[in-house]
Amino acid sequence: MEQQLRKMNYRDALNEGLREALQKDERVFLMGEDVGRYGGCFAVSKGLLDEFGPERIRDTPLSESAFTGAGIGAALGGMRPIVEIMTVNFSLLALDQIMNNAATYLHMSGGLFNVPLVIRMATGGGKQLAAQHSHSLEGWYAHIPGIKVLCPATLEDARGMLWSALLDPDPVLIFEPAVLYPMEGELSADAGPVAIDQAKLLREGKDLTLISYGSCLHKCLEAASILAEEGIETDVIDLRTLRPLDDESFLASVAKTHRALIVDEGWRSGSLAAEVSARIMEQAFYQLDAPVERICTAEVPMPYAKHMEEAALPQVSSIVATARRMIDG
Amino acid sequence: MTTMTSKPGQALVNREQSLHFLRQMLRIRRFEEKSAELYSAMKIRGFLHLYIGEEAVAVGVTEALGSDDAVVATYREHGHAMSRGMSMAAIMAEMYGKIDGCCRGRGGSMHLFDVEHRLYGGNAIVAGGLPVAVGLALADQMQNKKSVTCCCFGEGAMAEGEFHEAMNLAALWQLPVLFVCENNFYAMGTALQLSESVVDLTSKAAAYAVPTATVDGMDVIAVAEAAEKASDTVRETGGPFFLECRTYRFRPHSMFDPGLYRSRQEVEGWKQRCPIISLIRRLKDKGWIDDPGLERLEGEIATEIDSAVDFAEQSEWESVEDLTRFVYSDAGAN
Repeated sequence: MEQQLRKMNYRDALNEGLREALQKDERVFLMGEDVGRYGGCFAVSKGLLDEFGPERIRDTPLSESAFTGAGIGAALGGMRPIVEIMTVNFSLLALDQIMNNAATYLHMSGGLFNVPLVIRMATGGGKQLAAQHSHSLEGWYAHIPGIKVLCPATLEDARGMLWSALLDPDPVLIFEPAVLYPMEGELSADAGPVAIDQAKLLREGKDLTLISYGSCLHKCLEAASILAEEGIETDVIDLRTLRPLDDESFLASVAKTHRALIVDEGWRSGSLAAEVSARIMEQAFYQLDAPVERICTAEVPMPYAKHMEEAALPQVSSIVATARRMIDG
Repeated sequence: MTTMTSKPGQALVNREQSLHFLRQMLRIRRFEEKSAELYSAMKIRGFLHLYIGEEAVAVGVTEALGSDDAVVATYREHGHAMSRGMSMAAIMAEMYGKIDGCCRGRGGSMHLFDVEHRLYGGNAIVAGGLPVAVGLALADQMQNKKSVTCCCFGEGAMAEGEFHEAMNLAALWQLPVLFVCENNFYAMGTALQLSESVVDLTSKAAAYAVPTATVDGMDVIAVAEAAEKASDTVRETGGPFFLECRTYRFRPHSMFDPGLYRSRQEVEGWKQRCPIISLIRRLKDKGWIDDPGLERLEGEIATEIDSAVDFAEQSEWESVEDLTRFVYSDAGAN
């Protein structure tokens, strides 16, 4: 039977995921800055206040630390809170709660207290929002044991990761690339929860593995189409879950293609790309026909001017050029 | 400075309760004296923050709490854990780093947790527990539970942003949190007047329209009365209350503190107001305890401590094969 497809954007898919969670489990509630009456800074929670009321769609004061910590406490107290932090840069104001409490309670208490909390936030550049609203710190969060880090790049994941995250007994951070909110696409009518412990191979090829996540994934897919016209066939892997990493996915691909290029919107030094590269080196060194390469964001605070921001971020052209060089040697 | 807004606890409620207070304070005092000794003997390591001098606060406040209520405390929490009902053995084994410790030795002195007594740590980030307490109260409110969350912190926490954020949120959403400020006048080594532009601490809570009271934290009866009134208010209104308990730490901040920032005269002055000695004096005046009775009590406590130490000594070390357990609930992912 043919699947019925619906047109929607990434934002709608997130909204649908939230609505489903709120309908399915009365312990679920959403809190954050402007999630209610304003409808969410990026309009993700639009309409939810009318449907679920102010008890479950809670506008908070501008107190990232307090409402994130309150999410931890509410999770300990039997609820299933979803905390929305407006952008990743603001999450630094809640870093104490995320790092020192959410990530540690289970271990510090010798297994007595787990924290079933979901924190969502916008991440990344590409919208000319300059150096305090544009960074990609998800790789940084992926450094922390005790939390799980997800980054949905597709409508399917935007729709389905939330419920799976809510079923997880431990804190899960979901990073939503802000440039993807208006991304249009099609989602099957029966789309539902998705696995959150696996990367996904989105395109198959034999010559090179492109490894990415989030908004850069789409640049990789575009680059892969251009490369295919030139006869270069690439595997494109969406990491999806940045912690814990699904090593098997990219190791299997590298065993086939013998070349890997990692595209990561984080800064290069100490990046997630560095971690993936190291894991390939540690576990698949003798499979490689060329050094693993990385394309990351230039190591500058994000500039405002459009041409400068574009120069700072990984772009399709640089992915294509690097891939050609890796193949041609 | 504000005046004490609650009456001094002149009226010893009754013999049984007064003796219970004495026993609890003495248990904490003697347990911690033993802990200091074991620290010097290198049985206990890491940081060890003693509550000696401040026992009346935890004992008095705990009296106002029921078994369904929650407690969030700080890294100076042996007293809270014990007055809440946790066994000396579980705490001692934890400080030894042994598997039979309340947290399998993963937390140590600063991170005591207990499900049965709803103790949510042992938080060693100053003010870090306040937002969590607000969330516990939010969960109770949303589930129509009538519990109170008692959140204890030092006055040093009030210089942190998290104090102000948490106070505002608790007041804004009218959440049942009993905020207990244990004002011992020093944030580690920095005196209150050197760290706060306004030293009247209740005014900071009052700025968020949270009702407040101040009590002599060296008087366990007064603390118990004030805490009971405060928790009654929380239960009646469903909203928060801020109780300041003025107290004093007789020992250094931790075992690494040379104590350069307080005069000997000041410390001795406060020691004259020792909550245990003054309660004993009042009990004796009433004829509710005598020296043989006191000796019996000390003997019972010494036996309890000895057996806790034996328990900790005999407990095993957790296998290092289990190192990565409890990072995630499913134990696999990392």
